[in-house]
Parts: sequence; structure tokens; C-alpha cells
Amino acid sequence: MPTALIVEQLLNGVQFGIMLFLMAAGLTLIFGVMGLINLAHGSFYMVGAFACAAVAAATGSFWLGLVASLAAAAALGALVEVTVIRRLYARDHLDQVLATFALILILSEATRWLFGSFPLYLNIPPLLGGAVALPGGVQYPIYRLAIIVAGLAIGVGLYLLIAKTRLGMRIRAGESDREMIGALGVDIRTLYTVLFALGSALAGFAGAMVGALQSVQVGMGEPVLILAFVVIVIGGIGSIKGAFVGALVVGVTDTMGRVLLPPLLAAAIGPAQASGIGGALASMSIYIVMALILAFRPRGLFSAQG
Amino acid sequence: MRREPILNAALALLLLAAPLAAFVLDEPFYISLTTRIVILAIAAAGLNLALGFGGLVSFGHAAFFGIGGYAAGILAAHAFNMEPLLGLPATDLMPTIWIVAVLICAIVALPIGAISLRTSGVYFIMITLAFAQMIYYFAISWPAYNGEDGLSITVRNAFPGLNTANPLSFFLVCYLVLMAVLAVIWRLRDSRFGAALQASRQNAVRVSAVGIRPFRIRLVAFILSAVITGIAGALFADLNRFVSPSMMSWQMSGELIVLVILGGTGRLFGPVAGAILYVLLEFMLGGITERWQFFLGFILLGVVLFARGGIVGVIAGKVRHD
Amino acid sequence: MTEPVIDIRNLSKSFGGLKATDNVSLDLRPGEIHALIGPNGAGKTTLIYQICGSLKPSVGSIHFRGDDITGLDVAARAQLGLGRTFQISSLALEFSALRNVMLAVQSRQGSSFRFFRNVMADANLTEPALAALARVGLEQRASVPASELSHGERRQLEIAIALALGSKALLFDEPMAGMGQEGSRALTRLLDALRQEAPILLVEHDMDAVFALADRISVLVYGRIIASGTVAEIRTNPDVRAAYLGARQ
Repeated sequence: MPTALIVEQLLNGVQFGIMLFLMAAGLTLIFGVMGLINLAHGSFYMVGAFACAAVAAATGSFWLGLVASLAAAAALGALVEVTVIRRLYARDHLDQVLATFALILILSEATRWLFGSFPLYLNIPPLLGGAVALPGGVQYPIYRLAIIVAGLAIGVGLYLLIAKTRLGMRIRAGESDREMIGALGVDIRTLYTVLFALGSALAGFAGAMVGALQSVQVGMGEPVLILAFVVIVIGGIGSIKGAFVGALVVGVTDTMGRVLLPPLLAAAIGPAQASGIGGALASMSIYIVMALILAFRPRGLFSAQG
Repeated sequence: MRREPILNAALALLLLAAPLAAFVLDEPFYISLTTRIVILAIAAAGLNLALGFGGLVSFGHAAFFGIGGYAAGILAAHAFNMEPLLGLPATDLMPTIWIVAVLICAIVALPIGAISLRTSGVYFIMITLAFAQMIYYFAISWPAYNGEDGLSITVRNAFPGLNTANPLSFFLVCYLVLMAVLAVIWRLRDSRFGAALQASRQNAVRVSAVGIRPFRIRLVAFILSAVITGIAGALFADLNRFVSPSMMSWQMSGELIVLVILGGTGRLFGPVAGAILYVLLEFMLGGITERWQFFLGFILLGVVLFARGGIVGVIAGKVRHD
Repeated sequence: MTEPVIDIRNLSKSFGGLKATDNVSLDLRPGEIHALIGPNGAGKTTLIYQICGSLKPSVGSIHFRGDDITGLDVAARAQLGLGRTFQISSLALEFSALRNVMLAVQSRQGSSFRFFRNVMADANLTEPALAALARVGLEQRASVPASELSHGERRQLEIAIALALGSKALLFDEPMAGMGQEGSRALTRLLDALRQEAPILLVEHDMDAVFALADRISVLVYGRIIASGTVAEIRTNPDVRAAYLGARQ
């Protein structure tokens, strides 16, 4: 197997991982601080992608589309939080699952109503088009590198936010003891709305960026949602660092698994059987990794909860 | 508590009366619709045993639904082509198929339960989901049985003494299975096992303190619940004469959870009420608008936020453990 | 001297650098009430957890009626006859008082893997359970859900459960906590009557109850037993007065 291919796929794995990190970061904060399981997180991913595609098509500018995706996802997140999510904090996980499952139905159908059932297309902006030569003879798309860079930048920004700002302090305090920060006079309701909107915005941004690589369609968020949950469970609920590490583990495992397993299996059992089973094993690989990690670290790698 | 038995009887009679009326009116579609409700009720009843009575939120029960479905599909295919399966002659007899489905589901549920039950909370939810996803992807890519395209059942499996191709006959088979399952769950609920299971849901520490191990109780409950959902899967495959990996998808697991919660978690006829409401809504709203899922979402949201305890909870009040 | 029912030898438990239990040896003899007192943070709860089996000691052993139970889990110790009550009442709150006790009866009688007989119609379960409730004075409240019982009634219920288990030794963790004067006196009378049935290791802060009930008192400070003896001995012990009783006298 040529090195160039492996390096390219490795970078793809990292890019996939970075995108998952954007999804997982919001999810882990929301679950860690508010104790809320949010199945509708994938819907904000989708909304961000649609907003970007629609605005980009209308204005001709990808960048405006990107801004729109952030704004739309954040605004929708805030709206949903105030009307529905707020009532769920005191309820058990089962009720949260059902309610956010209902939100998926509502948001998906609403999107289909607005935009129809056919996928939208989003073009990579000319500034980020083309490929760049990397050591090892790889021609790697600039856009994918841009995603990696953007994701890392956001990761650093989130870290600084959590570790160095007052908002971050309140978030960390909220993770350890919800009742205390209320008693200390922090406005919990606003904090939660802001946090939820922030998480949704991150998801929307991820959706928009990926929308240029794949198509923008209803339901695009669901497979990503499941993976994001796997990421936060591996990384440890409530931990941004865990979300980062977990996302890279999942992204690279999944991508490299798809690349390496079929040929490895073909060598062992013959090519005819290998491609089907290889694909299956590759899809299963992430879940196997998750089960293994939970077997040894039942709370994930970097659990923020004592 | 007195209202609940009346409600249960009403639901049981309603489910029997509807297809009979449809038969008299010569509307076989409605017989099949009710059969679908009955089968989903069985699947949800299985989940309710683990989730409602045991407090085990399994997000992977679709795996067992699918395993049951494939048991029916694969055996039917082999029987039709008269090919032996693993050296044994295939059969298209439903009771035998159910036994196979039960055995396989039990064998699969044992390690899944043994590993998953060492975790709790959201980790339990995720690890059950993970196992189901593994089985789902396995089904998609196993080349022998059409993978994602699914497997057709040319002739519905047979039941001794009945013509299962007749919708009413098949409905009766499914209805009797539902009643049998509910009767078993009813006995289980009120038995020593059921007491230990429900106590474990309420307070596992207290259960250990009196010398009972919650892990063992929960594992047995998990396996029993998997087996019941598996039988439903076999029936579902026969209803549609088709089985595909989508029966094992996480969306299906989510739907099963919705059925349980809608009807009333931990109530004996909760799954029945939930299945009736869900399928009817799907059907009626679907007749009105293509956007029916939009409205279904609002109705579900309304139930969660305002109708705690599901349908049975609203009509019959809170559970009294007398 | 007859063999102690509970025999704790050289028990130590460290959490990293913190020694929560420091070479504790104490025993519980038949027919006695042995009180364990000490200031907050002395490690009484950690010690209880090790005796019951929720926590594994770092060093040392625990014997129960002659058998080494150090390696056994909570359920196994309960089955052997070690009954306990919790500092914060821990009950199956949706179940009635009766069903809570029936759980202990069912455990005592053997396997819980019985799937068909309705427990409420099973006199083998209901009668011993009602008897246990009567012993603690709760028979009128048998069908009340545990969540609707008062604080004192929940305390009584926990004791009924321990009795229904057929306990050979009882571990009571601050049963008087949160009880008013009347409730404390009633509970004291109950404990007094129980000691012949099963010896009691009583962890308590309520000194009136301790001095009224205890045959022996051990004092735990910073994880160590600093004194152990009769009520009179402990009351006059200067180390104890300094460390704990101090201002209270």
C-alpha cells in the first residue's frame, strides 16, 4: 500500500475527527453541565448546513453562508432551549430521549418542508479550492486542511474559554455542582441558554463545513450524532479534552479501518468475501473500540465527573 | 389501580374487535394494520420488561427485533429452496422458528447484558447502542442474505392448522402470542423475581443490603426482554414477508423506546396503548399530510411534557404497588 | 468469654495519602450494644462501609460468627445475617412498607428467581413481614408507600427490614439522627429490646441514647480507636473528654 495513500487517508481521518470534535464538544458540555441528553444535536448540524447552502446560493458567498450557519444554528438553539429544553432539566434521561427524539422529527420535517427532499449543493469557496503538495508526494485538498485548522482553532478557543474566562469558570462550576452555582447567584437560566446556543452553533458550523464536501440533505446529522455520542462516551462526559481525544480516535479508527481492513482481510480470506465483511468490520470497529475502552475505564478516558 | 384492569381489558377487546369488524366489512388492509400494532406491542412489551420494570434503558433492542426477523427470513428462504441450514433441514413452521429466534436472542443477549450491566446511566444506553450497531453493520454486509437490500419471504411461514396467508388467521396467531406474552409478564411482575427487579430499579443499594444481587436479576430480565422482542421480530418479518437490516437500526430502537414511554413506562398494557397510538397516528396523519412526522413530533413532545406516565398513566393514574 | 459475633482485627483503609481507618480492632459480643462514637470526620462511615462490604479494607480482616468475611460482597454478608440501617434512609420508595420488608423475607427464604407466584398472595412472605413491622410498631402503616412515611417511620422500617432478614448482628448508622425527643425515646426503647435477639453495633452522635443503651463504647478519632470500655470508663477518660466529649459535659 503506497505511503501517499496512507498519509492521505490519515489526514482524512484527522479531518473527520476534527469535525466530530466540533459536534462532540457541544454535546459533552451540554451533558456535563446540564445533565441533558440531546438527540436533536444532529439537527443543528443539518440546519447549519442548510443555512449555509441557502445563503451561499442566494448571495454567491460561501463566507456569508458560514456566518449564516453560525447565526441560524445559535438562534434556533436558543429558541429550542427556551421553549422546550428548559422543561427537561428536571426530568429523567428517558423523558429527555423521547422529547429530543420528537424534536428530530419536527426539525427534519420542517427542513424538508422548506427546502424539499432533494439535496442542496454547496460549493467549496475558490479561496480554499485546489490542493497543496505535502511531504510524501501527497496532493491534499486545501479545503480539508482548512477544516482541520479551523477545528483546531476552535478547540483552542474553547479551551481558553473554559479555562480562562468567567463564563468558563461558571461552566466548570456548573459541572461540579449545579445547585451551588444557583445559590451563588449565577443566572443559571441564561447560562444554560448561552451554553446550549454555543453547542448548537458549533454543530451548525461543522455541518456547514462538511456540507461542501458531501451534499446537504435532511437526515445528514443522524449518523454523525451517533458517532458524537460514541466520542463523548470514550472521551468522558463533560471533558473538552476528552471530546478532542475521543474524536480523533473515532475519526482515525473509522477512516483507517475502512482503508486497511478490506485488504488485510483479502490477504487472509480472499477478495470476494473480504470487501463486504471488511466494510462491516470497519463500521463495527469504532463500537468495538468503545466497548473495550468502557471495559477498562467505565467513565471514559478523561471523565470530568468524580 | 382499579381503573387499570378495566383499561387493559378495553384495550385487549379493542384490538380483537377491530380486525373482526374489518373482516366483516371486507377491508383486509385494516386487519394487517392491527396485526402490525399487535406485533409492535409485543416488541415494546419485551423492552418494557427491561426498561419499565427494571429501569434498564436499552438503546439496542432493535438488534433482537432484527435477529428474530432474520431467523424467520433465513429459515423461510432455506425451507423454500429446500436447502439445509448448517447441516440441519430448514423449517417454515412458525413455532419452530420462534424457538430458534428465542435461542439465538438469548445467546446474544447473555454476553451483551453481562458486559453492559456493569455500566449504568448514559454509559449503559451507549454501550447497548454500540452492540446493536455492531450487529446492524454485520447484517448489512453479510453477503449471503442480501445485506442492505433485505430478504424477501416468498411464502409466509406456516402455523399448524391455519392458513397463515389469510390475514385474519395470521392476526389471531399474533394476538394470541401478545396475550400469552402479557400474561407471562403479568406473572413475572408480581412474582418474587418481579419484586426484586422493580426494587432494583428503585434502589439497588437497598436490594444488595437485603442480600439480593441486582446484577443477576437484571441480567435475567434483560435476556427475557430480548427474547420477547425477538419473537416479535419473527412475526414482523412474516407480516411484511420481508426482513432487512433496518429492523436493527438505532432508529428502530428509538421507536421501541417511544412506544414504551408513550403508552406508559412500567405499565402492563403500556406497550399496547403506545403501539395503538403510534401506529394510528402514523396512519391517520399520514393520510392527511405528507408532513405527518412534523405533527407526530409535536404530539410526542406534548405527551412528554404534559402527560407524564403515558396514556395508561393519564387514564388510570399512578401505579399502586399494593 | 464467648466468641464475638463481629471481630474486626487491625483494619486499615487508606485513600492515597489519607488514612481513613487506622489499625482498628474492635468486636461485638452476643447480647450487647456496642456504641461507636467520634467527632465528624473521624471515619465512622468509612468503617461501616468496610464492615458491610461496600468498601474493601487495605489491611486487616473482619470475621462474622467465626467466618472470615473480608472478601465477601454486600449481598453475601447480608445473606449471612449482617443487617444494617443507613445514615440516610435507603428504601424502595415506591413500594409499601410491607413490600420493602417482604423483600428481606424473600431473600432470607432463598432464591429470588421465582417467576409465577404473586408475592402479595404468598403468606410465607406477608406473615413474617407483618410480624417484623409489628415488632417495630409499624403494622398500621403496612400498605403506605415508603415515600409517604415520616422520617421516624422510615427509621423504624429499616429496622424491621433488618429484623426480617433474620439478622445475627445489627449495624445501626445514626438511627437517632433527625428524630425528635419523643421519637428518640421510642427508638431507644426498641433498640434496648432488640439486643438479646441480635447484638448491635451502634454508631451514634446522640449521647443520651448512647449512655442509656451502650454496654460498651469505643471512641473513633482520625480513624483510630483512642479508647474502648464501659460507659463509666469512657465518661471519665481524659483523652476522650479532650478529643470529643469536651464541651458537651
